[in-house]
Amino acid sequence: MSRGNFSLGTASANGGAAIALRNVGVTYPGARAPAVHAVDLSIAAGEFAVLLGPSGCGKSTLLRTLNRLIEPTAGTIEIDGANARALDPIALRRGIGYAIQAVGLFPHLTIAANIAVVPTLLGWDRDRIAARVDELLALVRLDPASYRGRLPRELSGGEQQRVGVARALAAEPRVLLMDEPFGAVDAIVRASLQDEIRAIHQALGTTIVFVTHDVDEALRIADRIVVMDAGTIAQADTPDRVLTTPANDVVRALVGIDEASRRFALERPLLKRRRP
Amino acid sequence: MTYLFAHFDVVAARTGEHVMLTLGSLAIALLIALPLGVLVARTRRSGGITLGILGVIYTIPSLALLAFLVRVFGLGPLTAIVALVAYAQMILVRNIAAGLRAVDAAQLEAATGLGFTPLQRLVRIEFPQALPVIVGGIRIATVSLIGVATIASFIHAGGLGDLLFAGIHQDDPQKIVAGSVAAAALALAFDRLFAGAEALVRR
Repeated sequence: MSRGNFSLGTASANGGAAIALRNVGVTYPGARAPAVHAVDLSIAAGEFAVLLGPSGCGKSTLLRTLNRLIEPTAGTIEIDGANARALDPIALRRGIGYAIQAVGLFPHLTIAANIAVVPTLLGWDRDRIAARVDELLALVRLDPASYRGRLPRELSGGEQQRVGVARALAAEPRVLLMDEPFGAVDAIVRASLQDEIRAIHQALGTTIVFVTHDVDEALRIADRIVVMDAGTIAQADTPDRVLTTPANDVVRALVGIDEASRRFALERPLLKRRRP
Repeated sequence: MTYLFAHFDVVAARTGEHVMLTLGSLAIALLIALPLGVLVARTRRSGGITLGILGVIYTIPSLALLAFLVRVFGLGPLTAIVALVAYAQMILVRNIAAGLRAVDAAQLEAATGLGFTPLQRLVRIEFPQALPVIVGGIRIATVSLIGVATIASFIHAGGLGDLLFAGIHQDDPQKIVAGSVAAAALALAFDRLFAGAEALVRR
């Protein structure tokens, strides 16, 4: 079966795709209110966008429209200028990385085979897949020689998350979707995973759309935070501006608690980056 | 046991028939049970109805089922195969559906999100994980069918039941012993065989 990648092709080691949402709405069958309503959002190529909000605000639903796990009931989504609805959903998904909180590694496959699933579906040859698996394990800081042949159950939660990220990046996607990918690990591991995904983003330039309900996480990693409330965008702005000039009471309530420590959280990664 | 040794060729021939009857029925039963099992695993409502119908078939005494099917298909192996296939459905479909349903929802979400087609997801992700439970079902079904197949002699389908019924009619306990020992040995052998297969796929 050769579906190949969808029309935007793959990134070799850099470059992301631009995403444009126009008037996007999702109403689940039988629901009175839409889960997502009239969302207009442009995400630049290579941007790290974080969808932030409490559970039920529509952020995951919105994320899942991007790889058509959920079809919008209104509006259009364009990825690098191509209407997502016009593309084959299977090919579209193979061109977009996807990592979720529960990870969903396949327990009957080795770590190498888990990472290789999308390249395998795309029909890459064996040598190219093997080389890519080792490259990705190194990228997420797991020793290829010792992790390649292991099974998912032999890994800690944090290691599984890393493999989940590696699997999502395997076919060199130009867009990476992440749904609370670090939600299930402890605070220390989460912080190092956040630093690493920032570093990976810097290195690859992939467009990342990242969902979280954790304000500190959003402040640490985002180029731009999209605060969602009841299915609509409350504010889409840089972490600094979301913090200093919240657009409304909802955003203020979300980020306002203990603002001083939040500012400290925002500064910390910057300090770390200045070190040689 | 003297009959068993003196007429080993007869016992072997009946055993061969028995194995063919059982495994042939099992193969056909699997071909039907696989799509049914997938359907039951995927649909709550019609899946429940399907399992209910199969459960009713399962509770019909095998002799009554054979007697009823003879009216439709006549005497001979065909009728016995139909009965054995129907009888095995409940066990096979229930286990296939249970195995598929046990696959973690996060894996299904990840597989779909990464671009598996529904068939690829079923074959590469769901079936391999459901396999131990499915093989467990095949094991139980095979042992049950070996037992039920002895009664198939009653409708001229051959097998080890021939020895048992001949023993009853001729008041010859030697034949009954030979048929019973062979049937029991057969059931044990297949039970061990599939237990081994189950352990192999469970690794």
